Amino acid sequence: MSKIINKEILSDKVVKIEIEAPRIAQKRKAGHFVIVKIGEKGERIPLTISQADESKGTITLIVQKVGVSSHKLCDLAVGDEVSSVVGPLGQSTHVENVGTVLCAGGGVGIAPLLPIVEAMKEAGNKVISVLAGRSQEFIILEDEIRKASDEVIIMTDDGTYGNKGLVTEGMEEVIQREKVNLAVTIGPAVMMKFCSILTKKYNIPTVASLNTVMVDGSGMCGACRITVDGETKFVCVDGPEFDAHQIDFDEMLMRLRAYKDEEADAYQSFMNNK
Amino acid sequence: MEIMKEDTTYLQELRKIAWREELRKSIPAKERTAKERVSMPSQDPIIRSTNSDEVNTGLMSELAIGEAQRCLDCVNPTCIDGCPVNINIPSFIKHIEKSDFLGAAKVLKETSALPAVCGRVCPQEVQCEATCFYTVKLKKAPVAIGHLERFAADFERESGSVSVPKIASDNGYKIAIIGSGPAGLSAAGDLAKMGCDVTVFEALHEIGGVLKYGIPEFRLPNSVVDVEINSLKQMGVKFFTNFVVGSTASIQDLRDEGFDAFFVSSGAGLPNFMGIPGENYSGIMSSNEYLTRVNLMKAAHADYDTPVYIGKNVAVIGGGNTAMDSVRTAKRLGAERSMIIYRRSMDEMPARVEEIEHAVEEGIEFMCLNNPIEYFANENGHVSKVRVQKMELGEPDASGRRRPVPIENSEYELDVDLVVVSVGVSPNPLIPKSLPELEMTRWGTIVVDEDTMQAKNVPDVFAGGDIVRGGATVILAMGDGRKAAQGILNYVQSKK
Ligand SMILES: Cc1cc2nc3c(=O)[nH]c(=O)nc-3n(C[C@H](O)[C@H](O)[C@H](O)COP(=O)(O)OP(=O)(O)OC[C@H]3O[C@@H](n4cnc5c(N)ncnc54)[C@H](O)[C@@H]3O)c2cc1C
Ligand code: FES
Repeated sequence: MSKIINKEILSDKVVKIEIEAPRIAQKRKAGHFVIVKIGEKGERIPLTISQADESKGTITLIVQKVGVSSHKLCDLAVGDEVSSVVGPLGQSTHVENVGTVLCAGGGVGIAPLLPIVEAMKEAGNKVISVLAGRSQEFIILEDEIRKASDEVIIMTDDGTYGNKGLVTEGMEEVIQREKVNLAVTIGPAVMMKFCSILTKKYNIPTVASLNTVMVDGSGMCGACRITVDGETKFVCVDGPEFDAHQIDFDEMLMRLRAYKDEEADAYQSFMNNK
Repeated sequence: MEIMKEDTTYLQELRKIAWREELRKSIPAKERTAKERVSMPSQDPIIRSTNSDEVNTGLMSELAIGEAQRCLDCVNPTCIDGCPVNINIPSFIKHIEKSDFLGAAKVLKETSALPAVCGRVCPQEVQCEATCFYTVKLKKAPVAIGHLERFAADFERESGSVSVPKIASDNGYKIAIIGSGPAGLSAAGDLAKMGCDVTVFEALHEIGGVLKYGIPEFRLPNSVVDVEINSLKQMGVKFFTNFVVGSTASIQDLRDEGFDAFFVSSGAGLPNFMGIPGENYSGIMSSNEYLTRVNLMKAAHADYDTPVYIGKNVAVIGGGNTAMDSVRTAKRLGAERSMIIYRRSMDEMPARVEEIEHAVEEGIEFMCLNNPIEYFANENGHVSKVRVQKMELGEPDASGRRRPVPIENSEYELDVDLVVVSVGVSPNPLIPKSLPELEMTRWGTIVVDEDTMQAKNVPDVFAGGDIVRGGATVILAMGDGRKAAQGILNYVQSKK
């Protein structure tokens, strides 16, 4: 059981919660995630650790309402308990000073991008962040990202905020303008796929952080498997970050659809019963 | 109580006790051997394949006593040699024969930490029942030792008078157990009895390891496992779930927190895949994923959030217990066809014989001497067909089983919408990764001293169960746990 210490509503769909988890707070590094389970009947969902406060013994998660479980978590109040929080899981981000890092986050991917942006900045890199979303309401954590970036470019599909266009357009503008030593991309699989195609064209080493379906998060089930450079890898233990140019995004996209229907139905009935 | 394998005088002593002598004489051996082996009452196959209740319903007292009467109480009880933990089998069976069921349970508990579990899941046909006098000398069906073990353990549990073992006074040693499967639970029990302060760390949100997330309810009800866990709690064992040793805290952190020794029982939880084309299509998953969704996450219950794909045409690849559990689970979840695809023949299947028999009764299709070589998917990337190649048996391989060889031009395709891959597991690498000085085999198992279960190079670390043996059995894991408990006690005492 882990108590919720703080909760901040960032937008209609995005909530920031601070949870008591002293051991995890002590051990976590950028890129790590936790598996959270809400209630006896809840499922186990992976969430990136956004921040941690070692002295307070807390970790912060940024949760976007996308399905039943994330919604349930967002609905919890300060003082409520999260049934299980386990971690830190996965491999932490490889952080070093490489020069200029281009960080591209789309929609749900902005939350897990934040700790990486912060870590890259802290390591002395010049960090340029490109945040993208369908429209203004999908651009989250802008202030936090700004704080840790040298420059922030906002892209929306409908032009309601920032520049109108895709994340890749914002990235390409930077790439053509200056030398980029490393790109990091987190977001929907399709987005990462196109970011990866773009950076490959320019030969820029690129890391993608994957958010596949998971069950245990400790390498036990293989639900999170993907193909990287022709080899099957488990995202929860071998990842979540991989060389984007080696990831078989098409296969990943296909696997992500596995429970789409069940999840849509479950979400519908959850919302109907709310 | 330490029982040495070589020293069997205690067996003879116990056998000479007056009531045993009397009991032996009460029925002539001829009459005993003329009796038929009891058959385990079970739910009707048609009914049970639509529910998740336990298949075997257990022996009634009269049946148990009748079966106990078959046991000849041999001078040289060879059955014990077949038991990996050397349970005093004739002693517990004779207690049943004289209707002292609680006494029988007590005998079991001297050696086995989880008799109600072992009575249900041990492969008795290759252990104690294989070396029973009936099998070896009389060429008859062996005494149903497993059924009787389950009977005694269930009787004790249901009687409500489960004996909580005596605990030695606090000896001041603090021991950490990593993983809460049968190896960890049995080590915890013994160490607590010895007076140690025992903490069990478990990565998942439930205690029990494979007993909870793997073996289904219809074969091993969770309530049976929970009774054992509760009794450990009563003995003072502490449990921390959602705690991954190596991530949440390292072994060094725990040393710094005052733990004197560690027992690594982290199992062989990593699923193997075959590496054939199309294996990552959706609708294809490991048996660990399938069983975890259904057993641990209760995905088939509408009010639980975790989803599971409900297959119509389900193919399970493999012939072990895990494969049987998966295919029978699929049947229970409403599959129209539930098929086992196994590359050797029925005779080589490593699953318990009883599970294979039950599966056959339930209408599972067995496609033996068949091997999948490729999967195909529909336009959504969901598996739709499997291409299968027929096999024949060739020369025996290293394991002594005849090696399956593909028959050329024998491939055919089969419609499937759910495939469960159950072709073995590998040791969990988390602990070895966090303790690089540990000596490992090339299969990723931890090298230990056979008698003490102590790891090489890291004296305060002991290990047992599947992390040492690869995918093995509950009883072997349990035996390791008990050996390690003794090894750990000797080690911590010698150190201070
Ligand atoms: C479906 C299935 C059916 C089976 N049927 C039978 C049968 O009928 N008869 C039989 O004898 N055997 C059977 N087996 C095999 C048997 O279950 C195993 O041999 C036995 O459970 C091994 O016990 P263990 O204690 O070594 O490990 P496990 O039971 O695997 O337990 C290991 C535990 O450690 C935890 N863990 C791992 N790493 C860490 C870490 N770093 N920190 C904290 N916790 C950790 C895991 O989450 C797990 O709970 C079956 C196995 C499966 C999967
Ligand atoms: S989530 Fe189960 S192996 Fe990665």
